[in-house]
Amino acid sequence: MHAILEKRLIAPNEYDMWVEAPKVASHARPGQFVVVRPTPKGERIPLTIADYDLKRGSIRFIFQAVGKTTHQMARFEVGDSLSDVLGPLGRPSEIKKWGTVMLVGGGVGIAALFPILRELKRVGNYTITVLGGRSSELVIMKDECRRYSDELIITTDDGSEGIKGVVTEGMRVASEGRKIDQAWAIGPTIMMKFASLAAKEMGIPIWVSLNPIMVDGTGMCGGCRVEVGGEVRFACVDGPEFDGWAVNWDVLMRRLQQYKEEEKLSLEQYMAEVESVV
Amino acid sequence: MSPKVRQKKVPIAEQKPEERIRNFNEVCLGYTMEEAIEEGMRCLQCKNAPCVAGCPVTIDIPGFIKALREGNIDESWKILSSATNLPAVCGRVCPQETQCEGVCTLGRGKDFEPVAIGKLERFVADWKAGSGVQSAPVVHRGEPKGKVAIVGSGPAGLTAAGDLAKMGYRVKIYEALHEPGGVLMYGIPEFRLPKAIVRREIENIKLLDVEVEVDTAVGRSITVEELRGEYDAIFIGTGAGTPRFIGIPGTTLNGVYSASEFLTRVNLMHAYRFPEYDTPIKKLKNVVVVGGGNVAMDAARSALRLGAEHVTVAYRRTQAEMPARVEEYHHAVEEGIEFCWLTNPVEYVGDERGWVKAVNCIRMELGEPDESGRRRPIPVPGSEFLLEADGAIEAIGQGSNKVLLDAFPELKLNKHGYIVADPETGATSVEGVFAGGDIVTGAATVILAMGAGKNAAKAIDEYISTKRLKAASR
Repeated sequence: MHAILEKRLIAPNEYDMWVEAPKVASHARPGQFVVVRPTPKGERIPLTIADYDLKRGSIRFIFQAVGKTTHQMARFEVGDSLSDVLGPLGRPSEIKKWGTVMLVGGGVGIAALFPILRELKRVGNYTITVLGGRSSELVIMKDECRRYSDELIITTDDGSEGIKGVVTEGMRVASEGRKIDQAWAIGPTIMMKFASLAAKEMGIPIWVSLNPIMVDGTGMCGGCRVEVGGEVRFACVDGPEFDGWAVNWDVLMRRLQQYKEEEKLSLEQYMAEVESVV
Repeated sequence: MSPKVRQKKVPIAEQKPEERIRNFNEVCLGYTMEEAIEEGMRCLQCKNAPCVAGCPVTIDIPGFIKALREGNIDESWKILSSATNLPAVCGRVCPQETQCEGVCTLGRGKDFEPVAIGKLERFVADWKAGSGVQSAPVVHRGEPKGKVAIVGSGPAGLTAAGDLAKMGYRVKIYEALHEPGGVLMYGIPEFRLPKAIVRREIENIKLLDVEVEVDTAVGRSITVEELRGEYDAIFIGTGAGTPRFIGIPGTTLNGVYSASEFLTRVNLMHAYRFPEYDTPIKKLKNVVVVGGGNVAMDAARSALRLGAEHVTVAYRRTQAEMPARVEEYHHAVEEGIEFCWLTNPVEYVGDERGWVKAVNCIRMELGEPDESGRRRPIPVPGSEFLLEADGAIEAIGQGSNKVLLDAFPELKLNKHGYIVADPETGATSVEGVFAGGDIVTGAATVILAMGAGKNAAKAIDEYISTKRLKAASR
């Protein structure tokens, strides 16, 4: 059991949680993820590790309540426990001195980006961070990211903060007149797709962190297969980071739809249950 | 041969096919006490006991059957459990027909069937569990002889753990999933091996003071160096652990599964009880299962129970070469699974939404025998045909999982990526590290993995004892 040590609503429907997981905390590196099963009848879902605290033996993740599992987790309070947390899983990000790096984040993907940004800064890169969201309140972790960013660009769809537009606008501004040695993009699939297309256009190599449906998260089931450079890879063990230029985005988006009906049914039933209790 | 000996096995009760295809309950209902004793009477109590030699964990088969037919079930269980830590499991999933029962003297007589050794084994284990009195475990008090880490809680790991604990070692099993049991939990379906039975046998092993730590991926959640620092020896029994795909076009279409994913969703995650359990599985109408082993049978029969109207197994050889157990094949046929022999898929055809709608297959013919001794299937040019399907499950075997192996580069692997280990002892290229089961042999059977776990336990005991002795004499 993994006790919830802190929980905070940080944006509409987005939660910031610190959970006891000493083995994960002491082995986690930027870019890795955990598989969480909140209850004994629950589903196993992958969540990217947003931070880790070795002393306290805890890890942090930030998630959006979307389906039943995340809605259920959103209702958990400090002192409650998650049944299972397995990790850290996946290959860590390639942290080294690249030179100038650009980190593009959207939605709760910003949480996954944060430890990568911090490490890249620590090893001496010049860091340009581009964070995007529909509106200002949905761009999370701005202050934390600012601390490790030489430059921080914010884009919002509605123009409530920073540049009015999507992250690719920010990427263009960030890269104007200079060479970016490596980029990362983490966020909604559609955002990563367009960030990759833009990066390719600009000739910037880019890592993206893929989020397909997973079951075990250890390479055992092959459910998370993605197509990269025409080859089938398992996101859980070969990734989650892949070369954004080479990802087949259509396959990923299609496979993410596989259980749409079941997910809807599950959520509706859960919501009806919790509302009838209230 | 005494004329009194029945020629055929005492028939065993099973759920009727038309009933069982609608539920996940166990197919075989087991013997009653009377039936078990009657079947036990068929044993000739051979002095040379070829059955024992045919058993990878060398159970004293005439011994446990003798005690059983004398009505001394407790004694019978003791004999069984001194050799196997998983009798209720073995009795259900061992391929007895090629092991103990395959060499049974009685079965050699004209028109005689061998003794139903497996069914008797499960009877004794189930009776013992049902009696509610598990014998007080032989817990080794006092200073442990050493500390051993077991990586993986499948049949190999559980067997090694149980045996080492009985010898007086402090044993801890590390399991990556949220529940121990390995393939017994995620792979073999409820209708063939009820999970309550697996849990019960694991509880019995825990009673020997074996500790189990779940949600721990060795190589990730804990490093190999940490393990080597803390333990006197390590046994690796992780299973093969990664699904193979044929690699034909359309593999990433929605509705195409590896058998591992399909079965893990159904078994470990209880997707057949969705939405009570949160993990879903698609309701499929026409399912094509590719492969001819037990896993293919399990996937096909599970798909049927989930409500599929047509389930077809496509196998590239013929029934004669099929590696599945005869019993499983017969059960599948009884349940209405269709078999397409000499058939291999060449492409998954998708609809406009990206879901599989058909499997394009090609006919095969058998040529010269290959390295496995079975005749090699060769495609017949121009013989392609379509099988309609909204779901396809590949059950064509497994490769070695790299999560642990990548974190342990000193460990020597063979050309297939499996761990090189001494077939007698399980000793690997690294001192103090032993391995057994599918991660050494490639996908095989539960009982062979158990045999490897048992041999490794002996070798580990020898290794640690010798090391202690040397250290003491210094």
